[in-house]
Amino acid sequence: MSVHNTISATEDEIVEEFGLFDSWDDKYEYIIDLGKKLPHLEEQHKKDENRVRGCQSTVWLVSEYHDEKILFKADSDSVIVKGLISMLIRVLSGHSPDEILEARLDFIHRIGMDTHLAQTRSNGLLSMVKQMKNFALAYKLKNAATAES
Amino acid sequence: MIETATISKSLDVYAIREQFPVLGRMVKGKPLVYLDNAATSQKPQVVLDALINYYTQHNANIHRGIHTLAEEATAAFEDTRNTVREFVNASSREEIIFTRGATEGINLVAYTWGRQNIKAGDEIIISTMEHHSNIVPWQILCEEKGAVLKIIPVNEDGELLMVAYENLISEATKLVSIVHVSNALGTVNPVKKIIDIAHQAGAVVLVDGAQSTVHLDIDVQDLDCDFFVLSAHKLYGPTGTGVLYGKKHLLESMPVFMGGGEMIKEVTFEKTTFNDLPYKYEAGTPNIADTIAFKAAIDFINSLSKDAIRKHEENLLAYATEQLEQLPGVKIIGKAKEKVSVVSFVIDNIHPQDIGILLDNRGIAVRTGHHCTQPLMTRFGIPGTTRASFAVYNTLEEVDALILGLEKTIKTLS
Repeated sequence: MSVHNTISATEDEIVEEFGLFDSWDDKYEYIIDLGKKLPHLEEQHKKDENRVRGCQSTVWLVSEYHDEKILFKADSDSVIVKGLISMLIRVLSGHSPDEILEARLDFIHRIGMDTHLAQTRSNGLLSMVKQMKNFALAYKLKNAATAES
Repeated sequence: MIETATISKSLDVYAIREQFPVLGRMVKGKPLVYLDNAATSQKPQVVLDALINYYTQHNANIHRGIHTLAEEATAAFEDTRNTVREFVNASSREEIIFTRGATEGINLVAYTWGRQNIKAGDEIIISTMEHHSNIVPWQILCEEKGAVLKIIPVNEDGELLMVAYENLISEATKLVSIVHVSNALGTVNPVKKIIDIAHQAGAVVLVDGAQSTVHLDIDVQDLDCDFFVLSAHKLYGPTGTGVLYGKKHLLESMPVFMGGGEMIKEVTFEKTTFNDLPYKYEAGTPNIADTIAFKAAIDFINSLSKDAIRKHEENLLAYATEQLEQLPGVKIIGKAKEKVSVVSFVIDNIHPQDIGILLDNRGIAVRTGHHCTQPLMTRFGIPGTTRASFAVYNTLEEVDALILGLEKTIKTLS
């Protein structure tokens, strides 16, 4: 876990790792490998309310809030999508709501993922990012409400 | 054994490919292998030329202008109507209505004939293998009218259960709306028999020919269907234009669909009288350019002999099926005895989307997902399939590229 890294430092790390691959074949193999290594989500979390809309495959995303940091867990029936989620979790999980809300996540563009994935799947990726940011916003608003009361 | 070599030679697939500029391009650094023809076909140069020629030489609004360009554009537009009439063997050009595509054709019938003729308690029969375009308009109509939608089930091979169909038919049946060829499975349905049974019960039949028209000979008089819809873009023609065929007496008795220019005879604020067929259903400026270019697409097909095309596509399908069945974990969805140009499959423990992404990375275009047939996917208990669909310009080498791509994909993903 790179909890000590800033979000942008982790993004830089990923961009650097992708720079080592010559071809998209290799990049996909790496993403698939990440997908295979991402732990399965417990069955009780695989319910409709945790589904991320806008993906051709099924994606489940859950979050927990500990010590002012958000931890994400996710799963998908597509191993490539799981690999993409794995990268998003690596970048965002363990950060505060504010840090997550401010994250630019331009690594997706810098590794060429946005142009390489067909629009429909790219939208799925954006849906995941949006959902993660929604969680961050929800925790932030909840914190503000608690502080007021 | 596959005898494509000789048949392909008589068709000269390689010469045909030369006529499709897009087939020469590279995708992700590899030569494009286009196997998504059931979604849309590529366009030959003659169609592209017709579009350019129209805009550079004849562009004008049709039917009302008296200047030269308007007359030329009108003549070319109406020429497509004559060509379509011949192509589907309609008895009159008044039965050929231009639409945006098959979906609009179905909706037109639902909103006009349907609104006029469907009452509470009436029944409309469709099948499990319909495209959403042939489900949703009828659902909307049934909800509005209190009518009932009945569904013909599909067997494990992806064929309609005809016995079940005969049991569904009753005096309450007012309409049967059925797909000719399944876009997801390739199944060819026995529409002539379906129509015959429906007619005996006094029901009207709409045939969704979006997939069939490019592969089979269409003779609407022989089929005796009441309505038939098709889309030009699946027939090597441009997007955004299509045809609704309807029997004249039905089209005459139906209320108008959209109001506007072209579809009127005379307008006063007290009363408007409507134009005669086929213009009655062609409100507003139609898609002139694409409709004119559609003629070039039909001429292209006619120049090749549909028989030779069918034989070639049969060989591609047989070869692809045989090769796919040898791959580990592959299961073909849809093994109908009568099938054309589509092979849909799932692979154990691999999501279709992952297959699609990795094949795309090799320049191979297939379709993955539910193919706008979610009830059919539910029937087979799967979220979706990977679908390869063939056209006249596809080759055995491209099937080999698909199989090789799948071998690598399976290895990478498992």
